[in-house]
Amino acid sequence: MQRINELHPVNQDFEPEFYQDLHTDLMFLNLGPSHPASHGTLRTLVALDGETIMSAVCEIGYLHRGFEKTAENRTYDQVIPYTDRLNYVSAIMNNVGFAKAVEALIGVEITPRCMGLRVIVSELMRIVDHLVCIGANLVDIGALTNFWYLFNKREQLYDILDKLTGARLTNSFTRIGGLARDTYPGFEDEVLHVLKEFEIAVLDVLKLVARNKIFLSRTQGVGIISQADALSYGFTGPCLRATGIPYDLRKEFPYYGYENYQFEVPVGEVGDTYDRIMVRFEEITQSIKIVRQALKVLPGGPINSDDKRVSLPPKDQTYVNIEGLINHFKHIYEGIKIPPGEFYDATEAANGELGFYIVSDGSGNPYRVRCRPPCFTIFSAYPDLIEGGLIADAIATLGSINIIAGELER
Amino acid sequence: MHPLLERLQSQFGDNILETTEGRDMPVALCKKDVALKVLQFLRDDPEMDFNLLTDLSAVDYLNFPVKKVQRYEVVYHLHSLDKGHRLRLKVPVGAADLNVDTAISLWKTANWLEREVWDMYGIQFKGHPNLKRILNHIEFEGHPLRKDYPIEKRQVLTVNDSLMDEMDKRLKEKGLK
Repeated sequence: MQRINELHPVNQDFEPEFYQDLHTDLMFLNLGPSHPASHGTLRTLVALDGETIMSAVCEIGYLHRGFEKTAENRTYDQVIPYTDRLNYVSAIMNNVGFAKAVEALIGVEITPRCMGLRVIVSELMRIVDHLVCIGANLVDIGALTNFWYLFNKREQLYDILDKLTGARLTNSFTRIGGLARDTYPGFEDEVLHVLKEFEIAVLDVLKLVARNKIFLSRTQGVGIISQADALSYGFTGPCLRATGIPYDLRKEFPYYGYENYQFEVPVGEVGDTYDRIMVRFEEITQSIKIVRQALKVLPGGPINSDDKRVSLPPKDQTYVNIEGLINHFKHIYEGIKIPPGEFYDATEAANGELGFYIVSDGSGNPYRVRCRPPCFTIFSAYPDLIEGGLIADAIATLGSINIIAGELER
Repeated sequence: MHPLLERLQSQFGDNILETTEGRDMPVALCKKDVALKVLQFLRDDPEMDFNLLTDLSAVDYLNFPVKKVQRYEVVYHLHSLDKGHRLRLKVPVGAADLNVDTAISLWKTANWLEREVWDMYGIQFKGHPNLKRILNHIEFEGHPLRKDYPIEKRQVLTVNDSLMDEMDKRLKEKGLK
């Protein structure tokens, strides 16, 4: 009640005694699971006093498909399509994360061209992920036009991915030790063109929102999390950086030559919804820079490692000589044999640290695949973020922490 | 030996069962009873300074070719943002006494991560305020990531979770009820 009085001074005309006879009680309301503003199937039960959220609890699991159990019963190569479905907005980043963990576990070196291409495609996916997050978040707070500006450009990138990987959303682009296929002629020009389009989209949207009073008052000071709480809750990625901690795996533990690219890690100041959106905007710009640099230095050569343990033999070997045929057959039927051991490897995905902890028992199937999704730890802080605010603030906050149910619930 | 492991060993002696230098990060196995103390030391000691609990999961070694002393291992992945080092702490847990102390007092994120381990493996976390299923349905029977849970087993689940049990706890915490 106090907060409503602050927000709506008109109410203060009433004497406090006016409310005394009024019997008030907390009202319980389900936000979600099935509602456009809940971005997938997330259910939050809130206890309301007027429109203020006094207490909240979450229920997740609507999209649980048993990724980890399924992975234990597949060969390493067969797991890759399942990783697409983790964060389906930036599928290739999950492919890369899993392939990188398996390669590290075996100790296979991938080729320089493969590294370059993985960086390029990952950064493109990061841009798309942020475009989707920002676009959807702005729709939630009523700014619909931005959505079209951002999603039209995203569709242009999907045309490129369509040609490159054969699919729009679930690309399954990596293989253990390489990639599914090399680029097509004209790929670089098309990517450079779409990068320009992204820059236009970002500028257009920033023009609409950066000094827009409604946008600022809907996002600034909403859903604040302190640095200490963010660390305690295991935040990573843009949500952690929005609190002012410049932590990025691409800088801390560089992989795939990220140390050779010039880019900066944007940080926020207070860790509210506004900071999270603005950090994402800046990350789009930085990713565009990385893709441009990576395209310039993209080396030639093969995309697949010639290590017989992980790569399929070329087709002329498979069809002509017996060793090639056996190699192919064993690879497909029994899977890649990985010596017993365990490995944790993490990549900086669009939402934060995407980790895979793989335990191998020496057979062709992983003994245990643990996926450490960035969303899971972030979403566990959601009740703390929204309590004390209004329902509308809860919706704005949910959009800004970018929960993707596919990786939240695996 | 890795300096972090050396320091850990000198502090806890026999309670650290095994230390190995993995290719990804140093690994320590510790006794169940001191797990919480070790975690506290890892978080608060200035040289360790592990301020981030990256991940908390478990592994069921039932069919593992190399026999383990205990069937389960609870696995903590720790990360120090300031020092830039990582460490994996494993706590063996046997089927007879299937519990570990909760780490919620150290990291808030342990709340949901421990609920997931309980859900998937049935490992109890002593002192956890709200140890209920998180990814699976409330009516679900068994713990699906255990190696003896058949992957093709299906269950019919019908009841909705009102969530009022959790809500009541939270309202009481906040003094609203």
